[in-house]
Amino acid sequence: MEMPTPDAAILARKSRVVERLQAVLPADAVIHDDRETRAYECDALTAYKCPPMAAVLPASTQEVSDVLRICHEEGVPVVPRGSGTSLAGGALPTADSIILGVARMNDVLETNYDDRFIRVQTGRTNLSVTGAVEENGFFYAPDPSSQLACAIAGNIAMNSGGAHCLKYGVTTNNLMGVKMVMMDGEVVDIGGAHMDAGGLDLLGLICGSEGQLAVVTEATLRILPKPEGARPVLMGFDDNEVAGACVSDIIKAGVLPVAIEFMDRPCIEATEAFAKAGYPMCEALLIVEVEGSEDEINHQLSLIMEIARRHNPVELRESTSAEESAAIWLGRKSAFGAMGQINDYMCLDGTIPVSSLPFVLRRIGEMSEQFGLKVGNVFHAGDGNMHPLILFDANKPGDLELCEEFGAEILKLCVEAGGCLTGEHGVGVEKRDLMEYQYAPADLEAQMAVKDVFDPNWLLNPAKVFPLSVSENRRALPVAAE
Amino acid sequence: MLKPDTEEALADAIQSAQSPLRVLGGGTCGALSDGEGLDVSALSGISLYEPGALTLVAKAGTPVSEISAALAAEGQRLAFEPPDFRTLLNTSGAPTIGGVFATNASGPRRIQGGAARDFALGVRFVDGAGNIIKNGGRVMKNVTGYDLVKLMCGAYGTLGVMTEVSLKVLPSPETSGTLLVRGLSEEAGVRAMSKALGSPFEVSGAAHCAKILDDRPITALRVEGFEKSVAYRMERLKDLLTPFGAEMEIAPKEMSDWLWEGVRDAGKFSDMEGDVWRVSCKPSDAPRLAELASGIACFLDWGGGLIWILTTPGVDLRQRLGQFGGHAMLVRASRDTRRALGTFQPEAPGVARLTEGLRQRFDPRGMLNAGLMGPALVREET
Repeated sequence: MEMPTPDAAILARKSRVVERLQAVLPADAVIHDDRETRAYECDALTAYKCPPMAAVLPASTQEVSDVLRICHEEGVPVVPRGSGTSLAGGALPTADSIILGVARMNDVLETNYDDRFIRVQTGRTNLSVTGAVEENGFFYAPDPSSQLACAIAGNIAMNSGGAHCLKYGVTTNNLMGVKMVMMDGEVVDIGGAHMDAGGLDLLGLICGSEGQLAVVTEATLRILPKPEGARPVLMGFDDNEVAGACVSDIIKAGVLPVAIEFMDRPCIEATEAFAKAGYPMCEALLIVEVEGSEDEINHQLSLIMEIARRHNPVELRESTSAEESAAIWLGRKSAFGAMGQINDYMCLDGTIPVSSLPFVLRRIGEMSEQFGLKVGNVFHAGDGNMHPLILFDANKPGDLELCEEFGAEILKLCVEAGGCLTGEHGVGVEKRDLMEYQYAPADLEAQMAVKDVFDPNWLLNPAKVFPLSVSENRRALPVAAE
Repeated sequence: MLKPDTEEALADAIQSAQSPLRVLGGGTCGALSDGEGLDVSALSGISLYEPGALTLVAKAGTPVSEISAALAAEGQRLAFEPPDFRTLLNTSGAPTIGGVFATNASGPRRIQGGAARDFALGVRFVDGAGNIIKNGGRVMKNVTGYDLVKLMCGAYGTLGVMTEVSLKVLPSPETSGTLLVRGLSEEAGVRAMSKALGSPFEVSGAAHCAKILDDRPITALRVEGFEKSVAYRMERLKDLLTPFGAEMEIAPKEMSDWLWEGVRDAGKFSDMEGDVWRVSCKPSDAPRLAELASGIACFLDWGGGLIWILTTPGVDLRQRLGQFGGHAMLVRASRDTRRALGTFQPEAPGVARLTEGLRQRFDPRGMLNAGLMGPALVREET
């Protein structure tokens, strides 16, 4: 992984920059000791590490503005950080950068049930947004797997999804407004408690911009009434292709489940060994969940099971109680942990058209043999969002590189199949160098033009999203060989 | 009038243009800017439709009717319920899918399912310098790079001219039903709608209108889905709204269809004189704003989050409303009024600066629907 060479001139100014930051922040909000900055050396993509020059933990929009103004004046790159759960290295620092963590900004500022929104500071965790409104029967829909820890700031940066987005959409579909700070310290409000933009859809642009356009400090989020109930059904098939056809038939039949999760054999085996959820040993397993009143659930599940029966399932298990529902979800929810039990893994999230599912799974199987690395597939099947987990041994020299190479091949395969490199994790550093595979130069130029407008000096999270060679002329920093 | 029939020809036309162009699909929104017409309707046709993946790809000039027919054949639909403003604006032609996304045109179901922009998965477009650019794709989840798809939606062709869009579609429900609540004031109507939209009964339309069936105001709530489920949810909504003490009834199917089509297309105003405005606001602000507007007539959609207002020609509604969280858009007015007031609400300085920056990058020569959105008008007014 190539990162820009740290700018020696910036490193030489460290003490002055730190002093200036200390002048606008409380003493404990500026972390600059080399031992302490190591806490910010990576995010959940732990394969890549680099401690920042310093980390700051502002507690208000004003403090964020002060920090950014100083960094802007000093020409110091800033890497915004939510909870550091990015699987794409979105919060990976460079040695000459300042990490701007929003973790101290976690207040609920306003809840309004009549108008169905909540306004929060963006350091608040995803799950605690729902936590703030669930007593009143509401919830916040996007539910990334890391929802216990991940911050709304990161959800907005990466346009996070989750298992239930087939019905409820991803972050961009649930975000109504932001307060954000531009790199020069200017505070800008976009949107609010009303729907849709009055001019250009800048909100849609900010969401998913990976912390490269502005630092979002407050968010107005749509909250929804909780459904009366939800219940899953589990089905096992002897063939991936048949499972794929079953998903397609369910969708075509006019049923819109809230979630359709898919696991392949390697993943089922690992999960069973780890969580003992009682899954059938088969080639493909589907968990389909529907919502509504008791009658609605029964009606939808009976339609779904009727379709499933036409595809000769080896197992068909309808939940009849909360315990059974939990058991059905148990294996799926422990899938990542189960794979991690076997070895280190890299989790990809390329997305493909659902119709290409059998082809893509077959090719991944072939490539797995070729690279000599095992892969388990967990999958949001309703929307084609794959999650191949490639197992490797971080202690074995060359294994990480081999895994990266394999991962890149899988993502290229996703693009060839008509899909994309990333469905919900973001580009970060992980898929940065593959961007030219999906986009032509003019396509990338148009995206970079947007960054030029928001952050003309390319100081906000500059080494992400765009291949370094492509963004080279725009970044002030020179690029090193490694 | 330029009418290119390929993406390359469109790029050439923009590149070689010497004066501003007026971009149009079916032309059903009327003339929103000046300049030589650039008609995209020859770029037409559905290139891919996978019902099992809920995705469709079509050239930008494809008529919405063609897409709706293809979807209906598979029991699917455009969930955001795009309006048809031909009657309201007294225009002809066929609304195109590119026009729908360029104007982010969304109907009553926006409140539940999302706006047009929420269903746009990918675009191809030509920017003001003639560059052909693609963004997004045809899969439902895609965070690969910046979301220029959203930027193109609602940009009214001012940043680029779309040539192709891919979109998410949804299954059509088995049936739908509408509960009519009679006689509520605007304020009570909004409260009733909030109550319904805050319930788990999945209301897909919530509108309030004075004097449409008889002298009493009507608050209408729509639910869609499987037949048994619709019947159940209508009953539960009735229970929920009993405390409002109003007369309630379930609308017959024909009346229900007529009503929601009317709400969607602002049909109520089509044979009434005056300027037509759309005000996007916080639902609970709607009664106060409607009063401040003191228009000739008004009605509420999106549970109060959208106010349709009919005013005397030339009235500056934004001045009457003052500062509020939201924006007012001029939908129907004379050319002079449009020039004087601007189609779009002027933006706060920080936002206006970003908007202008984007426009300079995507359309540096000011060729595309010049002056329709943003800085030119802001400058004129200040």
